[in-house]
Amino acid sequence: MGSAAVGDGAVVITGICGRLGRRLSRVLHREMPLIGLDRRPFNDRPRDIEHHQIDIRSKRAKDIFRHGTVRALVHLGVMHDPHGSAEEHHSWNVVAFQRLLEYAERYGVPKVVLLSSANVYGPRPDNPQFLNEEAPLLGAGAFSDIRDLVGLDMAAQSFLWRYPKTEAVILRPSHILGTVRNAPSNYLRLKVVPTLLGFDPMMQVVHQDDVVSALQSALKPGIRGVFNIGGPPPVSLSRALGMLGRSSVSVPHGVARAAVDRLFRWRVTQFPAPELDFIRYVCMVDDARARATFGYRPRHDLMQALRSVDEERWV
Amino acid sequence: MESRNALARLADVAGHALPLTERLRAAARRATDELKLRLLGRDFEQRAQILKNRYVDIGGDPFGFDVETARHAAMIIAFFHRLYFRTEVFGIENVPEGRVLLVANHSGQVPIDAAIVGSTMFFDANPPRITRALVEKWTATLPFVSAFFNRVGQVVGVPENARRLLEMGELLLAFPEGIRGVSKPFERRYQLEPFGLGFMRLAIETDTPIVPVAVIGAEEQYVSLGNVKWAARALDIPVFPLVPQFLVPGAQMPLPTKYRVHFGEPMYFTGGPDDDDTVVANKVWLVRQTIADMLRRGLASRRSVFL
Repeated sequence: MGSAAVGDGAVVITGICGRLGRRLSRVLHREMPLIGLDRRPFNDRPRDIEHHQIDIRSKRAKDIFRHGTVRALVHLGVMHDPHGSAEEHHSWNVVAFQRLLEYAERYGVPKVVLLSSANVYGPRPDNPQFLNEEAPLLGAGAFSDIRDLVGLDMAAQSFLWRYPKTEAVILRPSHILGTVRNAPSNYLRLKVVPTLLGFDPMMQVVHQDDVVSALQSALKPGIRGVFNIGGPPPVSLSRALGMLGRSSVSVPHGVARAAVDRLFRWRVTQFPAPELDFIRYVCMVDDARARATFGYRPRHDLMQALRSVDEERWV
Repeated sequence: MESRNALARLADVAGHALPLTERLRAAARRATDELKLRLLGRDFEQRAQILKNRYVDIGGDPFGFDVETARHAAMIIAFFHRLYFRTEVFGIENVPEGRVLLVANHSGQVPIDAAIVGSTMFFDANPPRITRALVEKWTATLPFVSAFFNRVGQVVGVPENARRLLEMGELLLAFPEGIRGVSKPFERRYQLEPFGLGFMRLAIETDTPIVPVAVIGAEEQYVSLGNVKWAARALDIPVFPLVPQFLVPGAQMPLPTKYRVHFGEPMYFTGGPDDDDTVVANKVWLVRQTIADMLRRGLASRRSVFL
């Protein structure tokens, strides 16, 4: 069982019930058997997807790897709840992922894909305009919330070098836009979008379906390594808001920081104050490697990517 | 016939005055048009259009250059370029097409020299080019400044950015003296500070010609008596120049010195980008010496600081 060739067996997708997970499973389920792994129920699930509504850390998750033939593991189940406890976060994100990597190693899963994020590099004033995959992961400096993600990314990287038998792929997409409920999409869904007075950084966004197709390419045999996933040509924040027809209000950074900090503590907003740096400094990636290695091309242009946030209501 | 009625008399005066104001207004309009023409030149819009078209194919400049902002900035800087500093340009034909790295002396407390070199490349070069100056990292933390710099095509001076721009075939402007150059006290004017080595490694690595540039006139625009270190530390800025001018109300403008911008012949360097510092330093020395030489000759040939 240890030598399941790429090509047969099922693909295990963690966090399959998220917006992105469901989109990925819709694309993949006719081509290969899928096994979902999520604590949440999978509503209107296609018949041919096997779903386990369990905790990744449970023993039953291990059994999936032990008893079945798993040809790939796609890890989307990174928890990000800004108001959640740091302990729960750490246990869920880092401990669970480490366990998954352990199963992958023990039962010889030939492919592991982690959906990380360009946020691990962190927005910084001295960032090069486009960061490549070798740039240090400094995102955790200002954001404790990203610390887990950086930890995951690093764990996957060390796995990548320690177990050459398994093809490990780390994808670091820039801001994903679409029906997903992540911070950038939620930010653009605001009726009146606050910006920082005197700051107008260049932004890089990518349509959720382009990320899905990048994940699909990452599953191809022979692909391994760390890949940035950019999107259509970058655009300044003010222009992006103009294209979306949003009205915006500029707030001085000090005031915005204090206000967001207060609102966050009152649980009025989902945005932690340090995340303001994302609309202050540049954090964009160079995806030349993904383009050269597996022919990644964003199929959605800037307008389509920006518009896609309106397909979902603000929650 | 003389009219008696006061109202009628007033109307009479107005009848004469009205054409006069019309004429005055027309004259004023002509004068502003003429001034605009003199400042911006006949082909200003075409020049702006050339810059606009440059990035259409790649979906806009990835560094945030915005032609509308740049157009407005050019209109303002044109006043300084043509009227205030009356810039004289020498040897601009030395700037080759395609990727090129301008290396200039830096001075003047406020980096107006970069703006003047930029406007020279826009107004006096054929075809016009965008000058992408490599700016200090800390400017990215300043509100308004960072947004404005982005829009007029300035970029944070990290090697990755410079490399990418050169690969795009852009014109880069580097001041290897860095912040030490801008904040030079008055008694050290036209004395070059030590050069950094980064620009040379970059030029060798990307096979880019270096054009030495000597800017004369900027060093006298603000007279700095020294750097107030504790004030700079307190404000968390790199330097705090002690400029008496800043303290006199209404004298905050730079002195109207005459700018002279000399472009030298392009220099080509070969070697390995990972060469030892001493090897690279020799090449840097050559560039620095060339600029020092251009400065000396330029200073010797000028009649006056202001004329």
